[in-house]
Amino acid sequence: MLKNISNLGDAALYCDFGDQINIETNLHVIKYFKNLQKLNLKGITNITPSYNKLIISFDLSIINYENLKKKIKNLNFKEIEKNKSKIIKIPICIDNEFSLDLNRLSKKLKIEKDKIIQSFINKEYFCYMTGFIAGMPFLGDINSNIRLERLETPRVKVPKGSVGITEQFCNIYTFESPGGWNIIGNTPIKIFDKSNEENPIKINPGDRVIFCEINKDEYFKLNE
Amino acid sequence: MNISNLMNKAYFDIIRPGIHSTLQDLGRNNQYHIGIPFSGSMDKRNYLISNKLLGNKLNECSLEFAYQGPLMKLNFGKVSAVITGNVTFNIIRKNSEIDKGICYQNFILNDGDKLDIISTNRSVYGYLSIKNGFFGEYIWNSCSVNTKAKIGSNNGEKFGVNQKVYLNENKSLSDLRKINYSNSKIEYIRVLKGTNFNFFSEEAKKTFFSNEFTVSKLTDRMGMRLEGPNIENLKETNIRSEGLIKGVIQVPADGNPIIMLSDHGTIGGYPKIAVVISADYDRLTQLTPGSKIKFKLVELSEAENLFKLYEIETENILNQIR
Repeated sequence: MLKNISNLGDAALYCDFGDQINIETNLHVIKYFKNLQKLNLKGITNITPSYNKLIISFDLSIINYENLKKKIKNLNFKEIEKNKSKIIKIPICIDNEFSLDLNRLSKKLKIEKDKIIQSFINKEYFCYMTGFIAGMPFLGDINSNIRLERLETPRVKVPKGSVGITEQFCNIYTFESPGGWNIIGNTPIKIFDKSNEENPIKINPGDRVIFCEINKDEYFKLNE
Repeated sequence: MNISNLMNKAYFDIIRPGIHSTLQDLGRNNQYHIGIPFSGSMDKRNYLISNKLLGNKLNECSLEFAYQGPLMKLNFGKVSAVITGNVTFNIIRKNSEIDKGICYQNFILNDGDKLDIISTNRSVYGYLSIKNGFFGEYIWNSCSVNTKAKIGSNNGEKFGVNQKVYLNENKSLSDLRKINYSNSKIEYIRVLKGTNFNFFSEEAKKTFFSNEFTVSKLTDRMGMRLEGPNIENLKETNIRSEGLIKGVIQVPADGNPIIMLSDHGTIGGYPKIAVVISADYDRLTQLTPGSKIKFKLVELSEAENLFKLYEIETENILNQIR
Protein backbone atom coordinates (compact mmCIF):
# COMPACT_ATOMS: atom_id res chain seq x y z
CA MET A 1 0.00 0.00 0.00
CA LEU A 2 0.94 3.65 -0.33
CA LYS A 3 3.02 4.34 2.79
CA ASN A 4 4.23 7.88 2.42
CA ILE A 5 4.19 10.88 0.07
CA SER A 6 7.05 13.39 0.08
CA ASN A 7 8.34 15.94 -2.40
CA LEU A 8 10.99 15.32 -5.03
CA GLY A 9 12.08 18.85 -5.84
CA ASP A 10 9.36 21.50 -6.15
CA ALA A 11 7.44 19.87 -9.01
CA ALA A 12 7.03 16.16 -8.19
CA LEU A 13 5.40 13.88 -5.62
CA TYR A 14 7.46 10.92 -4.42
CA CYS A 15 5.10 8.11 -3.42
CA ASP A 16 6.65 5.30 -1.40
CA PHE A 17 4.99 1.87 -1.31
CA GLY A 18 7.44 0.26 1.15
CA ASP A 19 10.85 -1.38 1.05
CA GLN A 20 9.80 -4.77 -0.29
CA ILE A 21 10.54 -5.46 -3.95
CA ASN A 22 7.99 -8.04 -4.98
CA ILE A 23 5.09 -8.44 -7.35
CA GLU A 24 2.51 -7.62 -4.69
CA THR A 25 4.07 -4.24 -3.87
CA ASN A 26 4.59 -3.50 -7.55
CA LEU A 27 0.94 -4.30 -8.36
CA HIS A 28 -0.07 -1.56 -5.89
CA VAL A 29 2.22 0.87 -7.70
CA ILE A 30 0.77 -0.14 -11.07
CA LYS A 31 -2.77 0.17 -9.72
CA TYR A 32 -2.09 3.77 -8.69
CA PHE A 33 -0.36 4.46 -11.99
CA LYS A 34 -3.20 3.13 -14.17
CA ASN A 35 -5.92 4.83 -12.15
CA LEU A 36 -4.10 8.16 -12.14
CA GLN A 37 -3.57 7.88 -15.90
CA LYS A 38 -7.31 7.44 -16.38
CA LEU A 39 -8.23 10.29 -14.03
CA ASN A 40 -6.10 12.70 -16.03
CA LEU A 41 -5.87 15.22 -13.16
CA LYS A 42 -5.16 18.79 -14.18
CA GLY A 43 -1.52 19.79 -13.81
CA ILE A 44 0.02 16.29 -13.79
CA THR A 45 2.67 16.08 -16.52
CA ASN A 46 4.18 12.62 -15.96
CA ILE A 47 3.67 9.53 -13.82
CA THR A 48 6.63 7.16 -13.43
CA PRO A 49 6.06 3.79 -11.77
CA SER A 50 9.01 1.69 -10.58
CA TYR A 51 9.42 -1.38 -8.33
CA ASN A 52 8.12 0.25 -5.16
CA LYS A 53 7.85 3.97 -5.95
CA LEU A 54 5.64 6.20 -8.02
CA ILE A 55 6.79 9.66 -9.06
CA ILE A 56 4.11 12.13 -10.10
CA SER A 57 5.50 15.18 -11.88
CA PHE A 58 3.35 18.27 -12.17
CA ASP A 59 3.34 21.72 -13.73
CA LEU A 60 4.17 24.12 -10.91
CA SER A 61 2.37 26.95 -12.68
CA ILE A 62 -0.90 24.97 -12.39
CA ILE A 63 -0.74 23.18 -9.04
CA ASN A 64 1.69 22.83 -6.11
CA TYR A 65 2.90 20.00 -3.89
CA GLU A 66 0.52 20.41 -0.93
CA ASN A 67 -2.62 20.72 -3.07
CA LEU A 68 -1.82 17.77 -5.29
CA LYS A 69 -0.81 15.64 -2.30
CA LYS A 70 -4.21 16.34 -0.70
CA LYS A 71 -5.97 15.28 -3.89
CA ILE A 72 -3.97 12.09 -4.27
CA LYS A 73 -4.41 11.11 -0.62
CA ASN A 74 -8.18 11.31 -0.88
CA LEU A 75 -8.47 9.18 -3.98
CA ASN A 76 -9.98 5.77 -3.70
CA PHE A 77 -8.67 3.41 -6.34
CA LYS A 78 -10.25 0.22 -7.52
CA GLU A 79 -8.23 -2.94 -8.11
CA ILE A 80 -6.97 -3.40 -11.65
CA GLU A 81 -8.56 -6.36 -13.33
CA LYS A 82 -6.22 -9.34 -13.15
CA ASN A 83 -7.01 -10.62 -16.65
CA LYS A 84 -5.75 -7.37 -18.16
CA SER A 85 -2.17 -8.52 -17.76
CA LYS A 86 -1.00 -9.92 -21.10
CA ILE A 87 1.37 -12.80 -21.73
CA ILE A 88 3.92 -11.90 -24.40
CA LYS A 89 6.26 -14.39 -26.06
CA ILE A 90 9.67 -12.98 -26.93
CA PRO A 91 12.01 -15.00 -29.18
CA ILE A 92 15.63 -15.05 -28.04
CA CYS A 93 18.72 -16.33 -29.87
CA ILE A 94 21.54 -17.59 -27.63
CA ASP A 95 24.19 -17.91 -30.37
CA ASN A 96 27.78 -17.09 -29.32
CA GLU A 97 27.57 -13.93 -31.37
CA PHE A 98 24.87 -12.61 -29.01
CA SER A 99 25.46 -14.24 -25.61
CA LEU A 100 28.34 -11.96 -24.65
CA ASP A 101 28.49 -12.92 -20.97
CA LEU A 102 27.41 -16.56 -21.00
CA ASN A 103 30.96 -17.91 -20.57
CA ARG A 104 31.60 -15.50 -17.70
CA LEU A 105 28.30 -16.44 -16.04
CA SER A 106 29.06 -20.14 -16.44
CA LYS A 107 32.47 -19.71 -14.79
CA LYS A 108 31.25 -17.47 -11.96
CA LEU A 109 28.12 -19.48 -11.17
CA LYS A 110 29.87 -22.83 -11.80
CA ILE A 111 26.93 -23.99 -13.91
CA GLU A 112 27.11 -25.30 -17.47
CA LYS A 113 25.95 -22.89 -20.15
CA ASP A 114 23.07 -25.15 -21.25
CA LYS A 115 21.80 -25.33 -17.70
CA ILE A 116 21.80 -21.52 -17.41
CA ILE A 117 19.73 -21.26 -20.59
CA GLN A 118 17.35 -24.02 -19.49
CA SER A 119 16.86 -22.20 -16.21
CA PHE A 120 16.14 -18.92 -17.98
CA ILE A 121 13.87 -19.73 -20.93
CA ASN A 122 10.23 -20.92 -20.97
CA LYS A 123 9.55 -19.28 -17.62
CA GLU A 124 7.02 -16.53 -16.97
CA TYR A 125 8.48 -13.16 -15.96
CA PHE A 126 6.60 -10.18 -14.58
CA CYS A 127 7.20 -6.65 -15.95
CA TYR A 128 7.81 -4.36 -12.95
CA MET A 129 8.49 -1.20 -14.91
CA THR A 130 9.61 0.29 -18.20
CA GLY A 131 12.16 2.99 -18.85
CA PHE A 132 15.70 4.27 -18.46
CA ILE A 133 15.77 4.15 -22.26
CA ALA A 134 12.58 4.07 -24.33
CA GLY A 135 10.66 0.83 -23.90
CA MET A 136 13.23 -1.05 -21.80
CA PRO A 137 11.30 -3.56 -19.63
CA PHE A 138 12.53 -4.57 -16.16
CA LEU A 139 11.40 -8.19 -15.73
CA GLY A 140 11.58 -10.66 -12.86
CA ASP A 141 12.17 -12.85 -11.07
CA ILE A 142 14.82 -15.13 -12.55
CA ASN A 143 15.66 -18.42 -10.82
CA SER A 144 17.96 -17.95 -7.86
CA ASN A 145 20.66 -20.30 -9.25
CA ILE A 146 21.50 -17.92 -12.13
CA ARG A 147 21.57 -14.62 -10.25
CA LEU A 148 24.73 -12.53 -10.47
CA GLU A 149 25.65 -8.89 -9.84
CA ARG A 150 26.22 -6.56 -12.81
CA LEU A 151 29.55 -6.11 -14.60
CA GLU A 152 32.14 -4.19 -12.60
CA THR A 153 32.91 -2.01 -15.59
CA PRO A 154 29.78 -1.41 -17.67
CA ARG A 155 30.01 -1.79 -21.46
CA VAL A 156 30.10 1.48 -23.38
CA LYS A 157 27.85 -0.08 -26.02
CA VAL A 158 25.42 -2.93 -25.47
CA PRO A 159 23.94 -4.00 -28.84
CA LYS A 160 20.27 -3.33 -29.57
CA GLY A 161 18.03 -6.30 -28.73
CA SER A 162 20.39 -7.68 -26.06
CA VAL A 163 18.74 -9.58 -23.21
CA GLY A 164 20.56 -9.07 -19.93
CA ILE A 165 20.29 -10.47 -16.41
CA THR A 166 21.41 -9.11 -13.08
CA GLU A 167 20.37 -10.05 -9.55
CA GLN A 168 16.71 -11.16 -9.67
CA PHE A 169 15.92 -9.24 -12.86
CA CYS A 170 16.29 -9.40 -16.62
CA ASN A 171 15.82 -6.69 -19.26
CA ILE A 172 15.94 -6.01 -22.98
CA TYR A 173 18.09 -3.23 -24.48
CA THR A 174 15.69 -1.54 -26.90
CA PHE A 175 18.50 0.62 -28.30
CA GLU A 176 22.26 0.39 -28.41
CA SER A 177 23.16 1.87 -25.06
CA PRO A 178 25.78 1.81 -22.31
CA GLY A 179 24.98 -0.86 -19.72
CA GLY A 180 26.28 -3.31 -17.15
CA TRP A 181 23.89 -6.28 -17.25
CA ASN A 182 25.11 -9.80 -18.10
CA ILE A 183 24.11 -10.37 -21.72
CA ILE A 184 22.89 -13.90 -22.50
CA GLY A 185 21.16 -13.48 -25.86
CA ASN A 186 19.43 -11.20 -28.33
CA THR A 187 15.88 -10.76 -29.59
CA PRO A 188 15.10 -9.79 -33.19
CA ILE A 189 11.75 -8.30 -32.14
CA LYS A 190 11.24 -4.53 -32.04
CA ILE A 191 10.27 -3.71 -28.44
CA PHE A 192 9.91 0.07 -29.01
CA ASP A 193 8.13 1.21 -32.17
CA LYS A 194 7.78 4.97 -32.51
CA SER A 195 5.51 4.62 -35.57
CA ASN A 196 2.82 3.28 -33.24
CA GLU A 197 2.10 6.46 -31.28
CA GLU A 198 -0.86 4.96 -29.36
CA ASN A 199 1.00 1.88 -28.21
CA PRO A 200 4.72 2.25 -28.84
CA ILE A 201 5.97 -0.38 -26.40
CA LYS A 202 5.47 -4.11 -26.61
CA ILE A 203 5.80 -4.82 -22.88
CA ASN A 204 3.96 -2.70 -20.31
CA PRO A 205 4.23 -2.71 -16.50
CA GLY A 206 2.09 -5.59 -15.20
CA ASP A 207 2.48 -7.73 -18.36
CA ARG A 208 4.05 -11.19 -18.30
CA VAL A 209 6.84 -12.29 -20.64
CA ILE A 210 8.13 -15.71 -21.73
CA PHE A 211 11.40 -16.06 -23.64
CA CYS A 212 11.41 -18.78 -26.35
CA GLU A 213 14.69 -19.93 -27.86
CA ILE A 214 15.20 -19.61 -31.63
CA ASN A 215 18.20 -20.45 -33.83
CA LYS A 216 20.23 -18.04 -35.91
CA ASP A 217 18.30 -18.68 -39.16
CA GLU A 218 15.01 -17.93 -37.44
CA TYR A 219 16.62 -14.87 -35.85
CA PHE A 220 17.52 -13.33 -39.19
CA LYS A 221 14.11 -14.15 -40.64
CA LEU A 222 12.38 -12.34 -37.77
CA ASN A 223 14.82 -9.44 -37.62
CA GLU A 224 12.88 -6.18 -37.35
CA MET B 1 2.47 17.10 -44.03
CA ASN B 2 4.96 15.39 -46.28
CA ILE B 3 8.44 16.82 -46.79
CA SER B 4 8.14 16.44 -50.57
CA ASN B 5 5.24 18.93 -50.51
CA LEU B 6 7.68 21.50 -49.23
CA MET B 7 10.31 21.06 -51.92
CA ASN B 8 9.53 24.33 -53.67
CA LYS B 9 9.45 26.35 -50.52
CA ALA B 10 12.17 28.02 -48.52
CA TYR B 11 14.83 25.91 -46.86
CA PHE B 12 18.32 26.23 -45.42
CA ASP B 13 21.29 24.25 -46.74
CA ILE B 14 23.55 23.34 -43.87
CA ILE B 15 27.15 24.08 -44.77
CA ARG B 16 28.45 23.53 -41.21
CA PRO B 17 26.07 21.94 -38.70
CA GLY B 18 27.70 23.23 -35.50
CA ILE B 19 28.23 21.10 -32.43
CA HIS B 20 24.72 20.10 -31.44
CA SER B 21 21.96 21.74 -33.48
CA THR B 22 18.47 20.31 -33.01
CA LEU B 23 14.85 21.38 -33.45
CA GLN B 24 13.10 21.93 -30.13
CA ASP B 25 9.88 23.28 -28.65
CA LEU B 26 8.44 23.15 -25.13
CA GLY B 27 9.01 19.38 -24.83
CA ARG B 28 6.69 16.40 -24.41
CA ASN B 29 4.66 15.23 -21.42
CA ASN B 30 3.22 11.94 -20.24
CA GLN B 31 5.81 9.52 -21.64
CA TYR B 32 8.21 9.07 -18.70
CA HIS B 33 6.59 5.72 -17.94
CA ILE B 34 7.75 4.27 -21.27
CA GLY B 35 11.23 5.76 -20.98
CA ILE B 36 10.80 8.98 -22.96
CA PRO B 37 12.04 12.08 -21.12
CA PHE B 38 10.72 15.62 -21.38
CA SER B 39 13.33 17.00 -23.83
CA GLY B 40 12.45 20.48 -25.21
CA SER B 41 14.44 23.71 -25.11
CA MET B 42 17.05 23.72 -22.36
CA ASP B 43 16.72 27.47 -21.71
CA LYS B 44 12.97 27.91 -21.88
CA ARG B 45 12.94 31.67 -21.39
CA ASN B 46 15.28 32.41 -24.30
CA TYR B 47 13.29 30.01 -26.48
CA LEU B 48 9.99 31.76 -25.65
CA ILE B 49 11.46 35.22 -26.26
CA SER B 50 12.67 34.18 -29.73
CA ASN B 51 9.19 33.13 -30.83
CA LYS B 52 7.53 36.17 -29.27
CA LEU B 53 9.93 38.47 -31.19
CA LEU B 54 8.50 37.06 -34.43
CA GLY B 55 4.86 37.04 -33.36
CA ASN B 56 4.91 33.22 -33.52
CA LYS B 57 2.93 30.79 -31.40
CA LEU B 58 4.99 30.55 -28.23
CA ASN B 59 5.57 26.80 -28.71
CA GLU B 60 6.70 27.05 -32.35
CA CYS B 61 9.49 24.80 -33.64
CA SER B 62 12.89 26.52 -33.17
CA LEU B 63 16.51 25.58 -33.76
CA GLU B 64 18.60 25.17 -30.63
CA PHE B 65 22.39 25.22 -30.94
CA ALA B 66 25.13 24.62 -28.40
CA TYR B 67 28.50 26.45 -28.30
CA GLN B 68 29.00 26.75 -32.06
CA GLY B 69 25.88 27.02 -34.20
CA PRO B 70 25.32 26.23 -37.87
CA LEU B 71 26.47 28.04 -41.00
CA MET B 72 23.60 27.79 -43.45
CA LYS B 73 22.31 29.30 -46.66
CA LEU B 74 18.70 30.28 -47.35
CA ASN B 75 17.18 29.12 -50.62
CA PHE B 76 13.94 30.15 -52.34
CA GLY B 77 12.68 32.60 -49.84
CA LYS B 78 12.69 35.72 -47.77
CA VAL B 79 12.09 35.24 -44.07
CA SER B 80 12.12 37.03 -40.74
CA ALA B 81 14.43 35.45 -38.21
CA VAL B 82 15.79 36.14 -34.74
CA ILE B 83 18.51 34.79 -32.46
CA THR B 84 18.33 34.81 -28.68
CA GLY B 85 20.93 33.97 -26.07
CA ASN B 86 24.38 35.43 -25.74
CA VAL B 87 25.46 34.75 -29.32
CA THR B 88 27.96 36.07 -31.86
CA PHE B 89 26.71 35.69 -35.43
CA ASN B 90 26.96 37.23 -38.87
CA ILE B 91 24.61 37.53 -41.80
CA ILE B 92 26.58 37.08 -45.01
CA ARG B 93 24.56 38.72 -47.77
CA LYS B 94 24.40 37.32 -51.30
CA ASN B 95 26.76 40.08 -52.48
CA SER B 96 29.28 39.00 -49.77
CA GLU B 97 28.61 42.00 -47.52
CA ILE B 98 28.63 41.04 -43.88
CA ASP B 99 26.09 42.35 -41.36
CA LYS B 100 27.07 41.80 -37.77
CA GLY B 101 24.22 40.03 -36.03
CA ILE B 102 22.38 41.52 -33.06
CA CYS B 103 20.55 39.19 -30.65
CA TYR B 104 17.00 39.89 -29.46
CA GLN B 105 16.15 41.85 -32.61
CA ASN B 106 14.54 40.26 -35.65
CA PHE B 107 16.13 40.59 -39.09
CA ILE B 108 15.36 39.61 -42.67
CA LEU B 109 17.17 36.92 -44.64
CA ASN B 110 16.88 36.97 -48.44
CA ASP B 111 17.30 34.19 -50.96
CA GLY B 112 21.00 33.29 -51.08
CA ASP B 113 21.94 34.94 -47.76
CA LYS B 114 23.98 32.92 -45.30
CA LEU B 115 23.63 32.87 -41.55
CA ASP B 116 26.84 32.13 -39.68
CA ILE B 117 26.25 31.40 -35.99
CA ILE B 118 29.80 31.62 -34.68
CA SER B 119 29.47 30.94 -30.98
CA THR B 120 27.58 31.34 -27.75
CA ASN B 121 29.51 33.45 -25.27
CA ARG B 122 30.00 32.42 -21.63
CA SER B 123 26.89 30.27 -22.12
CA VAL B 124 25.92 27.01 -23.82
CA TYR B 125 22.63 27.35 -25.71
CA GLY B 126 21.19 29.82 -28.20
CA TYR B 127 17.98 29.82 -30.26
CA LEU B 128 17.25 30.60 -33.88
CA SER B 129 13.59 31.13 -34.66
CA ILE B 130 11.96 31.83 -38.01
CA LYS B 131 8.60 33.48 -38.65
CA ASN B 132 6.04 30.59 -38.60
CA GLY B 133 8.71 28.19 -37.44
CA PHE B 134 10.80 25.38 -38.86
CA PHE B 135 9.13 22.33 -40.33
CA GLY B 136 8.98 19.93 -37.38
CA GLU B 137 7.92 16.30 -37.17
CA TYR B 138 5.58 15.80 -34.23
CA ILE B 139 5.26 12.84 -31.92
CA TRP B 140 3.29 13.05 -28.65
CA ASN B 141 2.53 16.73 -29.34
CA SER B 142 6.13 17.83 -29.60
CA CYS B 143 8.66 18.27 -32.39
CA SER B 144 11.59 18.15 -29.93
CA VAL B 145 14.49 15.97 -31.01
CA ASN B 146 15.45 13.20 -28.61
CA THR B 147 18.64 11.68 -30.03
CA LYS B 148 18.58 8.77 -27.57
CA ALA B 149 15.18 7.36 -28.62
CA LYS B 150 15.58 8.82 -32.12
CA ILE B 151 12.22 10.56 -32.01
CA GLY B 152 10.97 13.99 -33.03
CA SER B 153 12.13 16.14 -35.94
CA ASN B 154 14.86 15.10 -38.37
CA ASN B 155 14.37 11.43 -37.37
CA GLY B 156 15.49 12.27 -33.88
CA GLU B 157 18.98 13.31 -34.97
CA LYS B 158 21.02 16.47 -34.63
CA PHE B 159 21.69 18.22 -37.94
CA GLY B 160 24.59 17.08 -40.09
CA VAL B 161 26.51 18.64 -42.96
CA ASN B 162 24.74 19.05 -46.34
CA GLN B 163 21.32 18.54 -44.81
CA LYS B 164 18.36 20.71 -45.70
CA VAL B 165 16.29 22.38 -42.99
CA TYR B 166 12.76 23.11 -44.19
CA LEU B 167 10.62 25.98 -43.02
CA ASN B 168 6.88 26.11 -42.54
CA GLU B 169 4.98 28.00 -45.19
CA ASN B 170 5.52 31.66 -44.72
CA LYS B 171 3.74 34.42 -46.63
CA SER B 172 4.54 37.50 -44.58
CA LEU B 173 7.47 39.06 -42.78
CA SER B 174 7.43 40.04 -39.16
CA ASP B 175 7.43 43.70 -38.04
CA LEU B 176 10.71 44.81 -36.55
CA ARG B 177 10.64 43.87 -32.90
CA LYS B 178 13.42 44.06 -30.38
CA ILE B 179 14.03 43.94 -26.70
CA ASN B 180 16.87 44.83 -24.38
CA TYR B 181 17.54 41.70 -22.47
CA SER B 182 20.64 40.49 -20.70
CA ASN B 183 20.98 36.98 -19.38
CA SER B 184 21.45 37.32 -15.64
CA LYS B 185 24.35 35.65 -13.89
CA ILE B 186 23.61 33.41 -10.98
CA GLU B 187 25.69 33.18 -7.83
CA TYR B 188 24.16 29.98 -6.47
CA ILE B 189 22.12 27.12 -7.81
CA ARG B 190 19.33 26.72 -5.29
CA VAL B 191 18.26 23.20 -4.37
CA LEU B 192 15.85 21.25 -2.17
CA LYS B 193 16.90 18.22 -0.14
CA GLY B 194 16.82 15.03 -2.20
CA THR B 195 14.93 11.90 -1.15
CA ASN B 196 18.17 10.15 -0.05
CA PHE B 197 19.64 13.17 1.75
CA ASN B 198 20.26 11.09 4.86
CA PHE B 199 22.41 8.55 3.04
CA PHE B 200 25.23 11.09 3.20
CA SER B 201 27.51 11.83 6.15
CA GLU B 202 27.22 15.18 7.96
CA GLU B 203 30.67 15.96 6.59
CA ALA B 204 29.50 15.18 3.03
CA LYS B 205 26.44 17.44 3.35
CA LYS B 206 28.65 20.25 4.63
CA THR B 207 31.06 19.68 1.76
CA PHE B 208 28.20 19.71 -0.74
CA PHE B 209 26.92 23.11 0.39
CA SER B 210 30.17 24.88 1.25
CA ASN B 211 32.42 23.94 -1.64
CA GLU B 212 32.60 24.88 -5.30
CA PHE B 213 32.15 22.27 -8.01
CA THR B 214 33.36 22.49 -11.57
CA VAL B 215 31.12 21.66 -14.53
CA SER B 216 32.82 18.79 -16.37
CA LYS B 217 33.34 18.44 -20.13
CA LEU B 218 31.14 15.34 -19.95
CA THR B 219 28.02 17.49 -19.95
CA ASP B 220 25.29 17.36 -22.57
CA ARG B 221 21.49 17.55 -22.90
CA MET B 222 21.18 14.39 -20.77
CA GLY B 223 23.16 15.42 -17.75
CA MET B 224 25.74 17.69 -16.17
CA ARG B 225 28.64 15.99 -14.46
CA LEU B 226 30.42 17.85 -11.69
CA GLU B 227 33.96 17.57 -10.39
CA GLY B 228 35.10 18.64 -6.97
CA PRO B 229 35.37 17.36 -3.43
CA ASN B 230 34.18 13.80 -2.95
CA ILE B 231 30.70 13.36 -1.46
CA GLU B 232 30.90 10.49 0.99
CA ASN B 233 27.96 8.13 1.13
CA LEU B 234 27.55 6.36 4.48
CA LYS B 235 24.59 4.15 3.75
CA GLU B 236 24.44 2.67 0.26
CA THR B 237 25.86 3.73 -3.06
CA ASN B 238 23.03 2.09 -5.02
CA ILE B 239 19.29 2.22 -4.48
CA ARG B 240 16.50 0.27 -6.16
CA SER B 241 15.99 1.87 -9.55
CA GLU B 242 13.22 4.46 -9.53
CA GLY B 243 11.91 7.40 -11.53
CA LEU B 244 13.92 10.56 -12.13
CA ILE B 245 12.99 14.11 -13.04
CA LYS B 246 15.10 16.90 -14.47
CA GLY B 247 17.14 18.74 -11.87
CA VAL B 248 17.74 15.67 -9.67
CA ILE B 249 21.33 15.49 -8.40
CA GLN B 250 22.49 11.87 -8.10
CA VAL B 251 25.74 10.83 -6.45
CA PRO B 252 27.19 7.54 -7.75
CA ALA B 253 29.82 5.51 -5.89
CA ASP B 254 32.70 7.64 -7.19
CA GLY B 255 31.34 10.63 -5.23
CA ASN B 256 31.00 13.00 -8.21
CA PRO B 257 27.48 14.47 -8.51
CA ILE B 258 25.50 14.28 -11.77
CA ILE B 259 22.57 16.65 -12.44
CA MET B 260 19.78 15.25 -14.63
CA LEU B 261 19.00 17.54 -17.58
CA SER B 262 16.15 17.55 -20.11
CA ASP B 263 17.07 14.35 -22.05
CA HIS B 264 17.87 12.30 -18.90
CA GLY B 265 17.27 8.56 -18.54
CA THR B 266 13.84 8.18 -16.91
CA ILE B 267 14.98 5.64 -14.30
CA GLY B 268 18.08 5.70 -12.12
CA GLY B 269 19.62 3.85 -9.23
CA TYR B 270 21.96 6.31 -7.52
CA PRO B 271 21.11 8.14 -4.30
CA LYS B 272 19.61 11.61 -4.74
CA ILE B 273 21.27 14.21 -2.55
CA ALA B 274 19.33 17.24 -3.85
CA VAL B 275 17.04 18.60 -6.57
CA VAL B 276 17.56 21.93 -8.39
CA ILE B 277 14.57 24.26 -8.00
CA SER B 278 12.49 24.95 -11.12
CA ALA B 279 13.28 28.68 -11.06
CA ASP B 280 17.02 28.05 -11.52
CA TYR B 281 16.83 25.42 -14.28
CA ASP B 282 17.27 27.73 -17.31
CA ARG B 283 20.36 29.34 -15.87
CA LEU B 284 21.79 26.01 -14.76
CA THR B 285 21.70 24.67 -18.32
CA GLN B 286 23.69 27.68 -19.54
CA LEU B 287 26.72 26.90 -17.34
CA THR B 288 29.67 25.98 -19.57
CA PRO B 289 32.23 23.25 -18.82
CA GLY B 290 34.82 24.72 -16.47
CA SER B 291 32.30 27.01 -14.73
CA LYS B 292 32.18 26.97 -10.96
CA ILE B 293 28.94 26.04 -9.30
CA LYS B 294 27.84 26.42 -5.68
CA PHE B 295 24.66 25.04 -4.15
CA LYS B 296 22.35 26.71 -1.65
CA LEU B 297 19.69 24.84 0.29
CA VAL B 298 16.17 26.35 0.32
CA GLU B 299 12.79 25.23 1.68
CA LEU B 300 9.91 24.10 -0.53
CA SER B 301 7.80 27.24 0.09
CA GLU B 302 10.74 29.43 -0.91
CA ALA B 303 11.28 27.39 -4.09
CA GLU B 304 7.61 27.83 -4.97
CA ASN B 305 7.80 31.59 -4.44
CA LEU B 306 10.97 31.83 -6.50
CA PHE B 307 9.20 29.99 -9.32
CA LYS B 308 6.28 32.47 -9.17
CA LEU B 309 8.81 35.29 -9.44
CA TYR B 310 10.51 33.56 -12.39
CA GLU B 311 7.16 33.22 -14.14
CA ILE B 312 6.16 36.84 -13.53
CA GLU B 313 9.54 37.99 -14.81
CA THR B 314 9.18 35.87 -17.94
CA GLU B 315 5.68 37.20 -18.53
CA ASN B 316 6.83 40.79 -18.10
CA ILE B 317 9.62 40.28 -20.61
CA LEU B 318 7.24 38.71 -23.13
CA ASN B 319 4.68 41.48 -22.58
CA GLN B 320 7.29 44.13 -23.35
CA ILE B 321 7.49 42.73 -26.87
CA ARG B 322 4.79 44.13 -29.12
